[in-house]
Formats: sequence, C-alpha cells, structure tokens
Amino acid sequence: MTDGWFAGLDPDDDEAAVAAICEDSADEPAEWPRLAVDAGFVDDTDEYYDRLGAATTAAAEQAVQEREGADDRQLVHAVRSMADCERTANELAERVAEWGESRSADAGSGVEYARELARGDPEDPAGERVQSLAQRVVDLDEEADRLRAYIDRTAPEVAPNLAALAGPVLAARLVSLAGGLESLAKKPSGTVQVLGAEDALFAHLRGSAPSPKHGIIFTHEAVRGTHPDHRGSAARALAGKLTIAARIDHYSGDLRPDLQAELDERIETIQSRTGGDGA
Amino acid sequence: MTLPDGVERRDFDGETGLATRGEPVYGEATDGAWRRWDPDRSKLGAMLALGMETGLTGGETVLYLGAAAGTTVSHVADFAGPTYAVEFAPRPVRDLLDAAAPRPNLFPLLKDAREPDSYAHVVEPVDVLVQDVATRGQALVANRNARFLRPDGRLLLSIKARSEDVTADPAAVFEDVLTTLEERYEIEASESLTPHHDDHLGVVARPRRDGTF
Repeated sequence: MTDGWFAGLDPDDDEAAVAAICEDSADEPAEWPRLAVDAGFVDDTDEYYDRLGAATTAAAEQAVQEREGADDRQLVHAVRSMADCERTANELAERVAEWGESRSADAGSGVEYARELARGDPEDPAGERVQSLAQRVVDLDEEADRLRAYIDRTAPEVAPNLAALAGPVLAARLVSLAGGLESLAKKPSGTVQVLGAEDALFAHLRGSAPSPKHGIIFTHEAVRGTHPDHRGSAARALAGKLTIAARIDHYSGDLRPDLQAELDERIETIQSRTGGDGA
Repeated sequence: MTLPDGVERRDFDGETGLATRGEPVYGEATDGAWRRWDPDRSKLGAMLALGMETGLTGGETVLYLGAAAGTTVSHVADFAGPTYAVEFAPRPVRDLLDAAAPRPNLFPLLKDAREPDSYAHVVEPVDVLVQDVATRGQALVANRNARFLRPDGRLLLSIKARSEDVTADPAAVFEDVLTTLEERYEIEASESLTPHHDDHLGVVARPRRDGTF
C-alpha cells in the first residue's frame, strides 16, 4: 500500500484520522503534504501540518493508553490467575488420583494422570464423573499455560528491563507481590530480596527464626544455581539489579542491556568463591 | 563549523552553552526566550558542541528516531521545520507529548523505528534523519530508514556501543556498525562524544548515490 494516512478520509473525521495514523502503513514515504493538497484533503500545506499535528498527537495519546492498557494491573491479575489455575489443577488432580486409585490398581498421579483419564472411556456412572473431573483438571492446566503465554508476551511491554533480567513470569510475580510496578520501583532492594518470604521474615522479626535470605527470587537461576553458602550474597546482588531495573522501567522506560552483564559478572564472582562446585 | 540558524552560543550563569528558542522541556536553564541545550543530555547537542560539521542550517524537515521523552527533539523542533519524532516506549511518549504541545511543527509517533512501513504513510521525505536508538542493530535501523532521506539529505547518528554488545571493545563495535552503515550511506565524519557521553560515536553520513535512490 502506498497511500498517505489521509487517503479516503473525511477531513472532519478526527477518529478515522487517528485510526489511520495508528494502523495504516506504506512501503515508501511520499510528498504527503503536497499530495494532501492535490487530493483536496486540505487547502494548503499550513493547514496540512495543523491537521497532522492534531492527528499525530491524538494518535500518540491513544496508542500510549492502549499500550499501557497492557499495564501492570493486567499483568498482576494474569499472574495471580495463573497461580490459582496451577494450584487448583494440582489440588483437583490429587482428588482425581485418589478417586482413580479406588477404581484401578494402576492409577497414576498428578495432572498427567488426569490427562490420561480424561482421554479414557468410562465404564459406569462413577467413571463418567471421574473422567469429567479429570477434564476440568486438564482445562485448568491449559488455561494456566495460556495465561503464562500472555505473561510472556506482556511482561516485556510493561517492564522491559525487569522482564529481561528476571524472565517474564518472575517479573510478573514481583510486580504482583509488590502490588504494582510503581510500588515495586519504590521498594528498597532488601525488601525485594525477601518478597514472597513474608512468613519467614515475620518469624524472624518475632525472634524465632533466622532472617530469610531470599523470597520468590529463589526461582531465578542466579540464586538457585549458587551454592547454599553463598545464596544470600547472590540474592542480595540479584535483588539490587532487579530493583534498578524496576525503577528504570517505571520512571524512564528505556532499555539498559548493561544490567544483565553487570549481574552476570557479579554472580560469577560470587559463585567462584566455592571454587566452581556451587554452580 | 557553523551552527544552524536558531541555535546560538549563549551565557547561562557564567557558562557558555548552546541554546534554542522555545518552551522549556526538561528543567534546563533559560535566558529570556532562550533555553540551554545541554550536551550532556543530548547526543546531537554533543555533536554540535564538539564542533562536528552536521550540515544543519535550520528550517529542515527532520525525522528523529528514538525521540524518548523529547529532550533533544524539542531543541530540533525549535530550529527545524516539520519534525517527525518516532519513539517506541509508551512511558516516555507521555513526556514527548508535553514537549510537542507548544510546538506545532513537532509530530509525535508511537512507532517502532525498526518497522518504517508503520509510519511511511505519515512521514514525508526529509532533509535530515537523526537517530539515537538504544537497541541492538543500530546500523540496520539507519539502513532501513534510509528511504526517508532525500538524496541530498544527511544522517546524524549516535551509536551507543553498549547497546550492540556490552562486553566487546567499543572501538570494534563502532567499526562493525560503520561497515553495515556503508551499505546505504557514505560516512562523512565520525567522532567520539566523550566527555559528554561515554562509549558513544557521533556519525554524519549521506545516502549512497548508487543505493536505491
């Protein structure tokens, strides 16, 4: 397509102009101001630039809103829903397995067993119920997968640096635990380090337990892949970088690929303390 | 070297610096209608401050890729003609919209500079292509956008070494980027932007005549 954004537009239809700026495309640029005058869309190029200014501004405002509509609130709901689907699928799968055991000697366990049962051929009314229940487990498990795919897609839009450093799902979990990207960006690194370990933290504050070294960030390879003796250091280093990433994402939005290299370097130093057997 | 019309060296609190005339955007120092163009916050400002021959005269049509919050592009719009500002990240575009509000010749576009098709229906052929995008493949972005540049136009490019490869030696990165750039451009000048920006190279280039033009 090689038409300008104004092609076929009613000059008074602002909404259509915004849609054209946002959604249309062209292979090559052209002398749009002159062509718009030739086409009778405007009387002169001054008027063209006035209209262009109004249309691009309105389009950018709308596009910003849409893109941020894939915002941190949506991400928080998605990651919480994913956790609920996974947990419920596992709970129901246990129930299915227990029921299955009473009916067959070679019953398996978990979501996989439910998947097996759901494909089966029930022999009696009770079997129909088990199969139907197993199908719910499969549905929930598949919904969790779809939510994970949604998170993989949107977390990098909401928090590009955080998602790059933590992976989309951990990034979404952190945003969710903090209650939003803004509140995550405002948390000190020491809090980010133990997000998700609140029970252990409060037990520690009551004086009945050692301080937790890490919360949900334990799922990150930088912590999990480090020898237990040095996980505290690794968690502290990781939390520091994640906090910086969240702040950049919230306050500026530009990409800082150096963060990853800085983190890798730091983690390598920490892991080398154990002479390599920690990794 | 000559500064474009509309850009002057002026005194701000005893310090001489570049300045343009327009509404302040990022808390910069002002002197009457003039506002300081801080070379430490703007790669193009640094290129001008360092005396690179940019060929800018004032009044040009400009396509600016990587406009971010509008710090630099607001100064460009102060002295240039129609100025198209492309930025991909939604959050800085909010600030860009504020910078564009008092500037009728500044057109904000929330688009991906790696996909010029998505704004070629809006952007006209331009005299100057300014690029300051912090992504991998900066030369590729410039090459893809060469279609917007008039045959006698100029590319004013800032290359950030760390965006290409954080571990590699910046000099080697710059050489790679310039080699790729030469598929579509003839390099006229390149200069380090130190001390204003570390590990950045400022480049002035013209579209190749044997290219697709």
